Amino acid sequence: MATLKKKLVQWEPTDIKEELLKKYPPKVARKRAKQILINEAQENETPEISANVRTVPGIITMRGCTYAGCKGVILGPTRDIVNITHGPIGCGFYSWLTRRNQTDASAEGAENYMTYCFSTDMQDEDIIFGGEKKLEKAIQEAYDTFHPKAIAVFATCPVGLIGDDIHAVAKKMKEKLADCNVFAFSCEGYKGVSQSAGHHIANNQIFRHVVGENDEEKDGEYKINLLGEYNIGGDGFEIDRILKKCGITNIATFSGNSTYDQFASAPKADLNTVMCHRSINYVADMLETKYGIPWIKVNFIGAEATAKSLRKIAQYFGDKKLIDRVEEVIAEEMPEVKAVAEDVYPRTEGKTAMLFVGGSRAHHYQELFAEMGMKTLSAGYEFAHRDDYEGREVIPTLRVDADSRNIEEIEVEADEARYSPRKSSEEMEKLEEAGFKFKHYDGMIPDMDKGTLIIDDLNQYEAEKLVEILKPDVFCAGIKEKFSIQKLGVPMKQLHSYDSGGPYAGFKGAINFYKEIDRLVNSRIWGYMKAPWQETPELSATYVWE
Amino acid sequence: MLLRHTPEEITERGSLVINPAKTCQPIGAMYAALGIHGCLPHSHGSQGCCAYHRSTLTRHYKEPISAATSSFTEGASVFGGQANLVQAINNIFSVYEPEVIAVHTTCLSETIGDDLNQIRDKAEKDGKIPDGKFVIGAPTPSYVGSHVTGFSNMVKAMAMVAEKTGKKNGKINIIPGWVEPADMEEIKRLASLVGVDFIMFPDTSGVLNGPLSGEYHMFPEGGVTMKELKSAGDSMGTLALGEWCSADAARALDSTHKVPCKVLDMPFGLKATDRFIDALRTVAGVSVSEEITHERGQLVDMMSDMHQYFYHKKVALVGDPDQLIAMTEFLVSIDMCPVHVVTGTPGKRFEKRIKELTADMPFEVNVKASGDMFLLHQWIKNEPVDLIMGNSYCKYIARDEDIPLVRWGFPILDRVGHQYFPTVGYKGGLRLLEKILGVLLDRKDRDAPEETFELVL
Repeated sequence: MATLKKKLVQWEPTDIKEELLKKYPPKVARKRAKQILINEAQENETPEISANVRTVPGIITMRGCTYAGCKGVILGPTRDIVNITHGPIGCGFYSWLTRRNQTDASAEGAENYMTYCFSTDMQDEDIIFGGEKKLEKAIQEAYDTFHPKAIAVFATCPVGLIGDDIHAVAKKMKEKLADCNVFAFSCEGYKGVSQSAGHHIANNQIFRHVVGENDEEKDGEYKINLLGEYNIGGDGFEIDRILKKCGITNIATFSGNSTYDQFASAPKADLNTVMCHRSINYVADMLETKYGIPWIKVNFIGAEATAKSLRKIAQYFGDKKLIDRVEEVIAEEMPEVKAVAEDVYPRTEGKTAMLFVGGSRAHHYQELFAEMGMKTLSAGYEFAHRDDYEGREVIPTLRVDADSRNIEEIEVEADEARYSPRKSSEEMEKLEEAGFKFKHYDGMIPDMDKGTLIIDDLNQYEAEKLVEILKPDVFCAGIKEKFSIQKLGVPMKQLHSYDSGGPYAGFKGAINFYKEIDRLVNSRIWGYMKAPWQETPELSATYVWE
Repeated sequence: MLLRHTPEEITERGSLVINPAKTCQPIGAMYAALGIHGCLPHSHGSQGCCAYHRSTLTRHYKEPISAATSSFTEGASVFGGQANLVQAINNIFSVYEPEVIAVHTTCLSETIGDDLNQIRDKAEKDGKIPDGKFVIGAPTPSYVGSHVTGFSNMVKAMAMVAEKTGKKNGKINIIPGWVEPADMEEIKRLASLVGVDFIMFPDTSGVLNGPLSGEYHMFPEGGVTMKELKSAGDSMGTLALGEWCSADAARALDSTHKVPCKVLDMPFGLKATDRFIDALRTVAGVSVSEEITHERGQLVDMMSDMHQYFYHKKVALVGDPDQLIAMTEFLVSIDMCPVHVVTGTPGKRFEKRIKELTADMPFEVNVKASGDMFLLHQWIKNEPVDLIMGNSYCKYIARDEDIPLVRWGFPILDRVGHQYFPTVGYKGGLRLLEKILGVLLDRKDRDAPEETFELVL
């Protein structure tokens, strides 16, 4: 049982860490100790954390699986691909409309299959005799009913175990159907250690089977792709609004509010901007190698971060028209943001937050909290890798272990016909000299205060302890964590799905977030937990009748 | 349109399920296990299964759902999950300290052939199960049956905990089936009102509808205790509510410990509740209290008061077999016409029961077991209805076709109330009618021309 009591003593970070580890069997404690880091914020040296490692069996983790990362996260938000889950019914069912990816399919004749769930619903005889025939028929039935431009197949755990060759089936059906691209994902849930492996498998196959399929020129100036933005709660809509207002053309978002054609046309962009470093940085690398499109890290979470990202994009293109327009847009948007920020600031300043979510959000949202004068006490990712904590410098030193070895890395070479460096090496150098950073991400740790706790793959037990000890004003994680935290009397904000809120990206998103956090940390609700007779259980007086 | 690609023309599909009206076994096992006091459900598979089930149950109940996983990796999938499960059992008892761990399998662990009993024995031999603590298990292969089957399998595993001392305990076992915590509470209230001493399992009341008090208990007060489950072998008899959810457990108690059983329909609506109360009365050998008769009368009263609004209204129903059978009977009893009835769960008996219940209806019924919501939608396009009853996914059909919807079943992800207000029993019947009337009359008020818009309905 955990009861929230007022902090009587100030806990030292080392004591907190010790407390978190105390109850574990020794082997678990040793493993977890490497994933719990007290930030020492040394200059020029970022401390090392263990990440992207297995969750210990029996420990109640926040993590999901590879299928969830592939089908749910990456392909979930694309509206015009028929996504068939090959497996028993559950996986398809649970990933059906549960991620709040919004999509705008209002255009005349637009296809939208996101409201549908397609599954081969494997039965015991399919497990025994193999499911390839059933999959083939299912693809045919989907084609006959819907005539989509693309059908994707997703493997669930038993598919890999019984050896169904889903890629061969996909290839055969693609040839047979002729006007429908069919491709498959070996995203069995047991692969890798978290949904991160699924992101990788998804992105690799999209890169291999879809990217570059459309060679038509695209209209518009200042063409970019937005990588790693999933349009949860309409984030992508707000970012697109801002980009459009600035005159920047977004060719493809990977993959919020996206279509097949956006992926297919992605090589037409002149700059790749990366939001969620974890889920997609390797695609940015591949797009650069194959097509010569450079990439930069951006962040549209937080009004200042949004302004900074827009300026970076403008600086890259180096065109005065765009640079001026971006400044105009920022000047136009900011007053409303500042007004709301100033309104909530007196009520949010000095409050504290904890963020345990995703592979980028636990970092990005610290910006928004900082804009409200709130301090992040502790943060960590659910499925990130060391580079997301410590920065990309560590990538060459990352160990390939048994779990990462089986996640395919595709070798990409420059496309003979289509490779074209968007900037000459002199131009790139000049930008870099001016402080412009390509392919750069410092990770979360350098942005966090000394003495804060950075915890990878936080689990139910540690979350409860942390909240009990540090009593934050708001705790951010996912739906599974929501109500155990709130039972403790601490408001919990879902940062995967935003509860029912959003957008929180861009300028309007910042306003929404300020208001939402103000609502949460200043809510009256948390004051009602004790009944009057619990507050003063002793009867000290008799009732006075009028 | 949200489901813009659904054609009116129905074509045969043998291999592709679209918009399922079922999910997989393990989530049912997890829900059932939460109805044991001090129990941590455990998913023996890869992490995603557990994450998906916890998320879905959390969204449905708005309550913490604690459950652990064996976190299979590729290695475990190849070499077997024994090491993972034994380690998990050790970690769970060390860190979370439950009374009991209820393990269910997944398609992964079933495909590789992990044997739960053998692994449990290994954990015991290795000293990983502390004295006085329990590990129970149920096989729940996701590629057989549905979430209902998984629920039934875990309830059967609970029944297998029962022991027979030879000395009768004077109690009746009640197996309520997959109903809401509020329904479980109502079933207990009714049984107590009749004056029956009972053991009910599973019992999620007090577990999944808890208070906010500033305290978090991973194992709340509610749930059937292991002591009660053991004692179930000494009960006088078992009343199992629902053939699909509860009969296997009841029959297992009969064949193992000679505890006689009777399988009833779930007590939704007047007639099924009548049969439930009558069975309780007969078993206990008591006369039914005036209070229950009064509640019954109130339900009959509302049925008669509002009959004009129900009469010959067509309904499309989707959900699970036991619930749909009782609901079909209830709707027919108020002269509504369930014309389309779909469950994703297999079972030809289901189709037979629905046909029997609707035999006297002025319309032909479309009924399908192992069906899906895509088919239901197509049926609705071909023969429109006045009302849809089913889970939250129905709202996409309801919006596209502009048909009133009553949310009832699992999962409900966009409304509250199912945790707290029962739909079983006579009081539950009142609530169902209130909900049905609410949407029908809201529709009448919305659509009535100004000249016929009326205050009094």
